[in-house]
Amino acid sequence: MIEFRHVTKTFSQGRSAVTALDGVDLTIGDHEMVGVVGESGSGKSTLLRLINHLEAPTSGTVLIDGEDLAALPARQQRIRRRGIGMVFQQFNLLANSTVHDNVAMPLRLQRRRDSETVMQMLDFVKMSRHRDKHPSQLSGGEKQRVAIARALATRPRILLCDEPTSALDSGHSEEVMATLREVRERFDTTIVLVSHELDVIKSSCDRAAVLEEGRLAALTEVSPPPPLRRYDSYAERAREFLA
Amino acid sequence: MTQLLQRLSEYRGEIITSIVETGVMMGNSLLAAILVGLPIGTLLHLARPGGPYPRRWLYRALNVYVNVVRSVPFLLFVVALIPFTRWLVGTSFGTTAASVPLAFVAAALYARFSEQTLLDVPEQTIELARSLGASPLQLVTRFLYSEARSGLVLSLTTVTISMVSYSTIMGVVGGGGVGDFAIRYGYQTYEYDLMYTTIAIMIVIVMLIQGAGTLLARSLDKRAR
Repeated sequence: MIEFRHVTKTFSQGRSAVTALDGVDLTIGDHEMVGVVGESGSGKSTLLRLINHLEAPTSGTVLIDGEDLAALPARQQRIRRRGIGMVFQQFNLLANSTVHDNVAMPLRLQRRRDSETVMQMLDFVKMSRHRDKHPSQLSGGEKQRVAIARALATRPRILLCDEPTSALDSGHSEEVMATLREVRERFDTTIVLVSHELDVIKSSCDRAAVLEEGRLAALTEVSPPPPLRRYDSYAERAREFLA
Repeated sequence: MTQLLQRLSEYRGEIITSIVETGVMMGNSLLAAILVGLPIGTLLHLARPGGPYPRRWLYRALNVYVNVVRSVPFLLFVVALIPFTRWLVGTSFGTTAASVPLAFVAAALYARFSEQTLLDVPEQTIELARSLGASPLQLVTRFLYSEARSGLVLSLTTVTISMVSYSTIMGVVGGGGVGDFAIRYGYQTYEYDLMYTTIAIMIVIVMLIQGAGTLLARSLDKRAR
């Protein structure tokens, strides 16, 4: 369970201070898939980064299963952070490492060599035949699937996704969202998904938090969209949509 | 031409000795660049304001150190360092002694180069390392060095070539080397053809080093193809 208790986060910019989050209270239950939406600058990424303590709250507390990461020493924080996966807008793959080595990285940081898990994760995101390629040889959607496999390699209980589809075209975007839905079904992972694209949230989340200028403007149940028609090609989809 | 070849074979022994001496000085300075310069450059990168682990005073101290070593004119630096050199290696004369000031300069140069090279690693890579719970050492070895490796090789190549040039004046403390050979046997005995031949040898050495560095860097770089 993830609990935000009256969390405020301000950043100092030169002499002035910018309030990114302002008194947010929010509880996210286990195995939930929650969307966080808002315009750019509304504080959604900050909210996400507070969960794995990449940012520390200015006031208030963020509790992960009842534990406040801010109260732990740096080493303990790092260990806790390994139990929370993260997926980024720009994928953040290591350009000089192969697909396999990228996925193996979180395990290597824990001095674990577990090629079997790496291959399982690559199979899961349907990227195992690309294991020896480098990221520059992959499409955007493929890169993001590798990044998801990497985030899952340590079997985290929480997966944080920061605009995972924003750098992708719609076909690849749907492919990545389908993978995230499968992650939840298969691994029971709690997923927090930040996006400014409402249809992405609508397609996958149970609930959504709406942020506006750092405040929680609404917390709403998401009703699933009408079933999506699958298209065999971009051309077909474009023709149907535009006609 | 035949005359020149004859004289070259006459001096064969001296030429080979001088190339070995240059090799020893280069080897020592490169060792210093990698073992001392790279850690200093890495610390500068990590501790810089806005870096992953900002430490203002550490950054300033290292920064001043690197600037001082790099700004003292080299010949004066060699002379000023003589007492220290004597304390460290027991003599202030010869190839080993000549390696000491070279090592200082190589380390300072590579510290600056590696600091700058590491700046090219995208911020996202550091963000990734933090999100995966990497320790500071892991951040450096698994993320920064891995992503910056081709740039680090290229800047080490540049340092090596600068060291070839710096080493030519080490004759003043009996360091020998190719440059010293050119001056003593070429310039000072008015055998200019010998001097120009030696310069040509140095150009070839530099081209070989640069070629090898570029080739290695290219094979290490998987960022785009």
